[in-house]
Amino acid sequence: MAASKNIVTSFQRRGPRVGGADTGGSRLVSIAGTRPSVRNGQLLVSTGLPALDQLLGGGLAVGTVLLIEEDKYNTYSPMLFNYFLAEGIINGHTLLVASAKENPADILQKLPAPLLDDNCKKEFNEDVGSHETSESDIKMKIAWRYQLLPKMKAGPVSSSRFGHYYDVSKRIPQELIEASKWHGFFLPEKMSPAIKEEACSMINGYKKLLHFIQNVIYEEGFDGSNPQTKQRNILRIGIQSLGSPLWGDDICCTENCKSSHCLMKFLYVLRGLLRTSLSVCIITVPTHLLQNKANVARMTNLSDVVVGLESFIGSERETNPLYKDYHGLMHIRQIPRLNNLICDISDVKDLAFKLKRKLFTIERLHLPPDLSDTVSRSSKQDLAESAKLLGPGCGMMAGGKKHLDF
Amino acid sequence: MLAAPARPDWLPSADFARASFSRALELCCSSASVVSSTSPSGPGPLFPDLRMFPELNNLLNTAPDKAEQGRLTLLCDARTDGSFLVHHFLSFYLRANCKVCFVALIQSFSHYNIVAQKLGVSLTAARDRGQLVFLEGLKSSVEVFFQTPEEPHPLQFLREAKAGNLQPLYEFVRTALTPGDDGEAAWRCPVLLVDDLSVLLSLGLGAVAVLDWMQYCRATVCCQLKGNIVALVHDREDTEDEENDILLNGLSHQSHLILRTEGLATGFCRDVHGQVQCSGHCTTSWSAEAADSVETAHNPAGPEPHLSVQDTGQERVLFC
Repeated sequence: MAASKNIVTSFQRRGPRVGGADTGGSRLVSIAGTRPSVRNGQLLVSTGLPALDQLLGGGLAVGTVLLIEEDKYNTYSPMLFNYFLAEGIINGHTLLVASAKENPADILQKLPAPLLDDNCKKEFNEDVGSHETSESDIKMKIAWRYQLLPKMKAGPVSSSRFGHYYDVSKRIPQELIEASKWHGFFLPEKMSPAIKEEACSMINGYKKLLHFIQNVIYEEGFDGSNPQTKQRNILRIGIQSLGSPLWGDDICCTENCKSSHCLMKFLYVLRGLLRTSLSVCIITVPTHLLQNKANVARMTNLSDVVVGLESFIGSERETNPLYKDYHGLMHIRQIPRLNNLICDISDVKDLAFKLKRKLFTIERLHLPPDLSDTVSRSSKQDLAESAKLLGPGCGMMAGGKKHLDF
Repeated sequence: MLAAPARPDWLPSADFARASFSRALELCCSSASVVSSTSPSGPGPLFPDLRMFPELNNLLNTAPDKAEQGRLTLLCDARTDGSFLVHHFLSFYLRANCKVCFVALIQSFSHYNIVAQKLGVSLTAARDRGQLVFLEGLKSSVEVFFQTPEEPHPLQFLREAKAGNLQPLYEFVRTALTPGDDGEAAWRCPVLLVDDLSVLLSLGLGAVAVLDWMQYCRATVCCQLKGNIVALVHDREDTEDEENDILLNGLSHQSHLILRTEGLATGFCRDVHGQVQCSGHCTTSWSAEAADSVETAHNPAGPEPHLSVQDTGQERVLFC
């Protein structure tokens, strides 16, 4: 996956684009850590996980919302969240971190360390060496590509490459955090108890967050309304566990809550803000807590990219031999149609993720070969059952019926 | 923002994929012959509909120069995305020289514009000459939410705490489509296009409120102004979204034509993305040429009505 992505990035326009219609595009392209989509012309940013970028059609388009459905114990979804933010720090993007649970400053401290050009190869080799040989071929190819990549810039953050790899076992260097520009929204700090209740359609926390985001976008010129001489930049917004009870929302508590439209309105207005500014947003939502599954479908409809994580922790799949190589399944539920009639959908539907010692990887799900002679009948049936569960694949282009059996 | 350089490819695709459907298809084809009043600014018959979905037009026995009037068309999609039909009808009615009011709640103007350019019409040009009235929901939601408007905004319900009121939206549609004195009679008939009604439900409106709104619009646009309405509703059959079911059933009951897009029951397939079912409760009267096309395109092997539609960008696609 990552290897083919690098092939894509090696086609880069050297000179400025000629032609009047494209001048806006070429100016935008000069932002670090972005590239234009070959498919729909949108400006893309990396999610911080090159494998995921490739699954989403090259990256995340600026102005869109990436919705992550949290896994049950919220073990792996913070990693995607952190990757997204760390990628912003590496590229010098402005961050906006919103949470009701953790202080944004603490979230930033926990970001993974980047594997940059000089130590990247070494880390990769180290990582590969500790794993089986079948994967080492692929990894070596990636490392080989890195050797060919020219040094882009000097400095501590040496690379303006699109998409980086991160070492989850290490924390991001302190000087990178200090050099970065970020805004934090920590709900308990922002809530003042004696507030004048204006009759409005939204829960207070959501409303405050929207105003906060709008303020940042407007004051720092991400909306492009006040053209400034300084370099344009991308605003990366991360919102943690949106819709959880900590936000004051009862969408997780009751099935027929009256306030379910608050979350939807928040998403809608947020999307309107993003569409008119140079910003991109990641939201994690505990969808397994939502009592009414209709709300999940509505949220999906109001977001652009939706990725679901399903970890094996605590489920019977944890001990299932079929899944012994993986830590969970990844479902790409929705890929946006941007400037196109259809979306850029990848061929692979059965995806699994795995947390290695240092890397979070996404792989195509392969069934392991059945080598043992003593597989009992029952476990074979189990395997067949589990494999059938995988069947429908991506529900967005064409979800299959559950009861179909071949 | 970030408009893409749209690639004008004027070449018709060499192989139009097979258009095969069975006779069991119930279609409503009262061939209303409308004398086209060709406006000089309108898209004339110079451009044959190479880039809309010609199979769909054949299937519905319609063409931009003989669009019918007074119809409510319901677009509905299940387990897949039916927005290509919205793009189709948008370009279809703009080409048919109709006055179009487009309530676009789910995507931005630039998205619709770029796709429409691929289908051969320009939304900016249509908007400039007054043919298209575009309500961009995402953009106006920001205005409604962060500013206090003087006059009621069409999407005023976003600010209201309870029981949203769709009357401003109805007023917006009515004023947009009611022909004025200043020579707007050049447009053939008014058309209301909504993408999509499920968003209204998500934003806190009840199904009954949306149905009422549609009823008002139908009375005004379809009956009074002799125009058409096209609306998209998602079918969330597996999520037990009660409000959505009420809306879908209510509209299915009222509409003259239902185009239902479904993902394949067998799951994902790279080449075929789904199927389109047409149903309606008008009198089925095939005109002569339509019957011919049925004969030639009838595929005995296919039990389902099939319709191949292509994306007119680089890739071939869509629905089968």
